[in-house]
Amino acid sequence: MTATVAAPTKIHARPAPVLRGYRFELVKLLSQHRTRLLLAACWIVPAAFVAAVSLQNSLPADTVFGRWMHATGWAGSLVVLDFSCTWALPLLTALVAGDVFAAEDRLGTWRHLLVAVRSPRRIFVAKALASLTVLLILVVGLATSSVAGGLAAVGDRPLVGLDGHVLAPADAAATVLLAWACVLVPTLAFAAVGLLGSVALGRSPMGLLMPALLAFALRLAQLLPLPVAVRVALPSHAFLAWHGLFTSPAQAGPLLVGLAVCLAWAVAATALAYRLFLRRDFTDIAYDGSGRRVLVAGVLPLAGLVALTVAVVAAATPAGGSGIERVKLQDSLATAYAHLYRLQSRELNRPDVTEARLRATATCDKGGDRVVDEGPGNDWRCVVSWHLPGVAAVGTAIYQLDVTAGGRYVADGDGPKEVNGYFQVRTPTGDAPNPLWRLDGNVDLLARTQKG
Amino acid sequence: MHTTPAIRARGITKCFGDVVALDGVDLEVAAGQVHGLVGPNGAGKTTLLGLLLGLAVGDSGRLEILGTPIARTLAVPDGVAGFVDAPGLYPSLSARQNLSALASLRGYGAGYGTGPAAGVDGALEQVGLTDVADDRVRGFSLGMRQRLGLAAALLTKPRLLVLDEPANGLDPAGKHHVHRVITGLAADGTAVVISSHRMDDLAALCSEVTILATGRVVFSGPVSKLAAESGELDYRLLTSDPAAARGVAARTPGLRVVPRRGPGRWSDAGVLVVRGPVPAIDELVARLVGAGVAVRELAPVVAPLEAAFLALTGTGTGTGIAASQPWTEEIEETEETEQSDEEGRR
Repeated sequence: MTATVAAPTKIHARPAPVLRGYRFELVKLLSQHRTRLLLAACWIVPAAFVAAVSLQNSLPADTVFGRWMHATGWAGSLVVLDFSCTWALPLLTALVAGDVFAAEDRLGTWRHLLVAVRSPRRIFVAKALASLTVLLILVVGLATSSVAGGLAAVGDRPLVGLDGHVLAPADAAATVLLAWACVLVPTLAFAAVGLLGSVALGRSPMGLLMPALLAFALRLAQLLPLPVAVRVALPSHAFLAWHGLFTSPAQAGPLLVGLAVCLAWAVAATALAYRLFLRRDFTDIAYDGSGRRVLVAGVLPLAGLVALTVAVVAAATPAGGSGIERVKLQDSLATAYAHLYRLQSRELNRPDVTEARLRATATCDKGGDRVVDEGPGNDWRCVVSWHLPGVAAVGTAIYQLDVTAGGRYVADGDGPKEVNGYFQVRTPTGDAPNPLWRLDGNVDLLARTQKG
Repeated sequence: MHTTPAIRARGITKCFGDVVALDGVDLEVAAGQVHGLVGPNGAGKTTLLGLLLGLAVGDSGRLEILGTPIARTLAVPDGVAGFVDAPGLYPSLSARQNLSALASLRGYGAGYGTGPAAGVDGALEQVGLTDVADDRVRGFSLGMRQRLGLAAALLTKPRLLVLDEPANGLDPAGKHHVHRVITGLAADGTAVVISSHRMDDLAALCSEVTILATGRVVFSGPVSKLAAESGELDYRLLTSDPAAARGVAARTPGLRVVPRRGPGRWSDAGVLVVRGPVPAIDELVARLVGAGVAVRELAPVVAPLEAAFLALTGTGTGTGIAASQPWTEEIEETEETEQSDEEGRR
């Protein structure tokens, strides 16, 4: 058979622009029931949760800022942030970024997409950007919703920081939003791990689970008595380091190191995923990944990154051991006590005494004489002393401290009922929570110890 | 007029590890031609279609698509469309959204082109999916997905259309719809390559076929030539006087009457199955007419293309009739008879 046509005129074989691919990926993600459910949950549930808990008598006092949910609307958002850092954000990254490539394997649409876009590079960029956009919308939803719920239920009131100092509403708002912004960076790192899992493992559900499994493994690691250089070099540390924003001055060291580590993870995991993706054979429609490939191209390089970051942190920071030392703890507790004493004085209409005139000090001991005064544990016992102007006697209050490996501690008061021995104080307007009964604090793990 | 084949492949070889998927394949498809690609499972059809769509490149050989040499993946020129294995569709999107996204990616825009058959709506109308344009693909049947896949290909105004089993899951109406679209495209100058196991579809649509077996071309050319090369075929004959027809057939040179046995489609006493070459069949018809026997139906039991396929690929037995067919017993009996005859002669 002979058929003829004119010679081809216009030949366009250019790849689709990244923006169009990005838009298509967004449409695909947002059309999924799962994504819509996550969006609804992130934008509605935190507000309902914060409002409901803020109106209850019992508060989640074990969670950082939980004991202040009656006092200010900003505390609720921080409770949601703390919970999100533990569970929600790794899970969200798994469900969004961990599935963005695997979904094409499941649907068998790689060939179609390749023919339409004509550039694996652009497909990768579009998918990565689209999944990050959805994650950003989810995180913004969590923040907005939790703030709105707190403000609606309790109001825009001052927030007590983790060293007892009071943040004015405007400062509280800025710091809360900054804390949410900071956790975007570890979220980015986990999302990159999700992309890597999704690319490396194809249709296998293990790809979807990778960020969640990593978060779980790192959570377990955080429970171990790791040296501080290892602890802050893990990508999960930035999920805790935002606590340092709520002290004055802010404990910026661990936060900045954590953010830098997470950025390194984000870049490394994304680069590994990109490399794997470009080398993939798309003619294999039953691609389930390869265990060896995941190990060589994914796990080993990231393990190398951990070793590198540990070495850099150990060399560049003054920290040693667990980072939790007696002197740091004493300083932190005395500072928090002085701030909260002023708060209590205002509640009780006592004359205001500044922190400088109060001259609060603390003496701490861990587990008696046979235990070294260092490291986390619930066997810290501290005696706080303070002075009142014109009074010769020195006031003392005892606290039992439960210090976590991440540097956060809860001090449980054990002293005179009027000071820190009872959970309520009698104010002119009725009973009110006693700010000195239990207090939260945070130790800067990377701070240089001030001897003496 | 300058002649530019839509596809010109010379000595294409493609291996996956130790497996040779394509072994020196030559293929030439002219513009406006509907070309069938046939072969047993594992023959290399999907690999070849993948090369035509630019999903991979051969290890050796030369491939030109629409006049453009293809040296790397995804470098096929604009105007090539189609699908391999199955259309790539997103179940969470509607039919319209699937096509609009594709149009956007390829830079056509949803309203690409002019006239009634232009753009997304035009493509949906061409394949008869206008009524379900806004339904999610999740609820589509296999046949509807196939038609939507064809619509996606039409959207790009292809000059080369590559389709893998396009009639999969289609009901008769849907099949006619798809056939009409394909023949229309070919009439407008689009080259169409169809891979299918449905020989009736290929016979109805294709002017030329290429048969692949274990990565090699065992036949390439017009369907008519293939039919002629297929030799003797079995024909089903329905006449006004079966007894007279049997006698006429038995006396026709070069023709054998296939004995009837057991239940089945051809066990009807009025139906006669005869085996022979086309000239003998022509002679039989003339003799029947001469004997005053009316011929009501005369058709090959197995389509010539299918018979040739089975013979050329070595996947059939005897005359290439599959063992599961109801007339198998008849053929077996014929073979047994022939064997007995040969033994008797010895």
